[in-house]
Amino acid sequence: MALYSEKVMDHFRNPRNVGVIEDADGIGEVGNAKCGDIMKIYLKIENDIIADVKFETFGCGSAIASSSMATELIKGKSVSEALALTNKAVVEALDGLPAHKIHCSVLAEEAIKKALQDYYDKNGIEYDKNEFPRCENCDHCCGIQ
Amino acid sequence: MQIYLDNAATTKMSKAAIQSMLPYMDEIYGNPSSLHSAGQKANEALNGARQRIANLLGCEAREITFTSGGSEADNQAIISAARLGEKKGKKHIISTAFEHHAVLHTLKRLEKEGFEITLLDVHENGIVLPEQVAEAIRPDTCLVTVMYANNEIGTIQPIKKIGEICREKGVIFHTDAVQAAGHLHIDVKEQNIDMLSLSAHKFHGPKGIGVLYVKKGIPLTTLIEGGAQERGKRAGTENIPAIMGMTAAFEEACKHIDENTKKLSALRNMLISGLSEIPHSILNGDAENRLPGNVNFCFEGIEGESLLLLLDDEGICASSGSACTSGSLDPSHVLLAIGRVHDIAHGSLRLSLSEENTQEEIEYTINAVKEVVAYLRSISPIWRDLVNGKKEFIIK
Repeated sequence: MALYSEKVMDHFRNPRNVGVIEDADGIGEVGNAKCGDIMKIYLKIENDIIADVKFETFGCGSAIASSSMATELIKGKSVSEALALTNKAVVEALDGLPAHKIHCSVLAEEAIKKALQDYYDKNGIEYDKNEFPRCENCDHCCGIQ
Repeated sequence: MQIYLDNAATTKMSKAAIQSMLPYMDEIYGNPSSLHSAGQKANEALNGARQRIANLLGCEAREITFTSGGSEADNQAIISAARLGEKKGKKHIISTAFEHHAVLHTLKRLEKEGFEITLLDVHENGIVLPEQVAEAIRPDTCLVTVMYANNEIGTIQPIKKIGEICREKGVIFHTDAVQAAGHLHIDVKEQNIDMLSLSAHKFHGPKGIGVLYVKKGIPLTTLIEGGAQERGKRAGTENIPAIMGMTAAFEEACKHIDENTKKLSALRNMLISGLSEIPHSILNGDAENRLPGNVNFCFEGIEGESLLLLLDDEGICASSGSACTSGSLDPSHVLLAIGRVHDIAHGSLRLSLSEENTQEEIEYTINAVKEVVAYLRSISPIWRDLVNGKKEFIIK
C-alpha cells in the first residue's frame, strides 16, 4: 500500500513492545475514542533509565506504528532523553507519515510525556508543568462534539 | 490471492462490457456530431445505446442524458429542480441525512444561496418512511431527493411510495440510484420517478460514465457549456466507448437481476450470520431490506483503518466508515445518521459482494475478520477497559 512507508507497515504489522506492565512506574493515556485513537504507555523505570516500556493503542495503522516506534526510541534511554523525544523524531524514524496522520506521532510523544509526568507525580519529583502536554488544550479533537 | 469485497466502491468490468467497447476505440471512432459517415456511424451507436438504456429504465430515449457519472447526474438533477423551483418562488428541498455527498454537498451549496433544506431522519434501521416525506412537503417545496439504496449500509428506501406522494403533491422526485441500478428492478414510470441518477462502474461497466433520466417536461439546467451535445444540456464530445460499455453492462446486469439477487443474498446472509458471532458487534442497517450484496458491521473497541490494512494483508479488499480512512476527523455521516456514536462508528467494516464471490471466499473472510478483530482488541486499551468493567459496552 502506497499510503504508508515500508517502515510504518512493518511497525504496524509487527508492533514492538505491545502489552501491559502490571507494576508500571508511570502510565500515560492520551487521545479520545470519539476521535478514533487512544494510546496508553506503560513505563518501568530503574536508576533513571527506561528499563521497560509497553503500549496499547486503539487507532489506525499509523497510530499503532507511531506508538511502536516511539517505545523503541525511548527503551533503554534515560528519563531526560525520553522526555526530549519529539513527534518529529518519530516521524523521521518511520520514514515519514502522510500529512493528515502527523497527529498520530504527536499522540505518541504526548503519551510518553504523560507517562513520565505520572512517574514524577508518583515519586514526588518536582518538574515544570509547562513542559508537559495538556490533552484538553490540543486542537486535534476540537471538531468533534 | 485476492478476495474483492468492495463492489460498492467499484466493480470489475464484465467481459461483455469490454468487448462492446473495443470496436468504438479503433473502427468506429468518429465524432457523433460530424456529418461524414464515420461520425454518423458513431451517432447511430449513440442513439442505439440511448434507446437500449431507456428500455431498461422504462422511459423514452429522449429522457436519457449521458453524464460523466453519478456525481454529475446528482448535481445536475438537483440544480435543475432548484432553478425551476426558484422561478416559481419555491426554495425548499427535502432529502435525507444519509445521502451521498454528491447530493448533500450540492444541497449545502443551494442552502448558501438561500434555499431551505430539510434532511429527514433515517432511523436506526436506515430507512426513511414515506409519511415523513408527506409531512415535510410544504407549498414551497420544489424537490424531494431520496436515494434508492444507501451506499454504505445498503438499505433500500420506499421509492415507489415516496414517488407517489410527490406526484400527488406536484413536487419533483429525484432518486440517486447509483447503488441500485443493475442490482434492483427499476421502472421509472411504475415507480413515479421524475429524475434518476446512475453510474456504470457500479454494475461492471466502465468508470467515468453515467446517466441522468429526466421525465420529459422538466427542463434541465446546463452545467457544462460548450456544445450542442445531449440536446445542449451537457456539452462535450460523447464518450462513445464508455457509453457502449455501460449499455452492455447494464443490459447484462438487468437480465440476471433475479438469479444474482438469489446468489448474492445467500452469500450476504452467510457473511452476516458469521460476523454476528463476533461478540460486541452489530449489523448496520436493516437485516432484510438491504442490497443483496451489502454487509456493514461495527465492532466495538477497534478502529476501522487498521482493520482494513490487516484484512488487505490477508488478501481481502474491504472498506470502512472510520474517520481515518476518509482523512477527516468525523466517521461516516451515514453511521452517525442511524445513531451510531463516534466511538463505535470508527470501528466499522463494509463488505460489498459481487456475483463472482464464492462460498469459500465468504468462509475465509469470516475467519479472517474474526482473527483480525480479536487481535486488534488484544492491543486496544479501550477493549481492556471494557472487559475489565471500567467502561460500559455500547454494543451489548
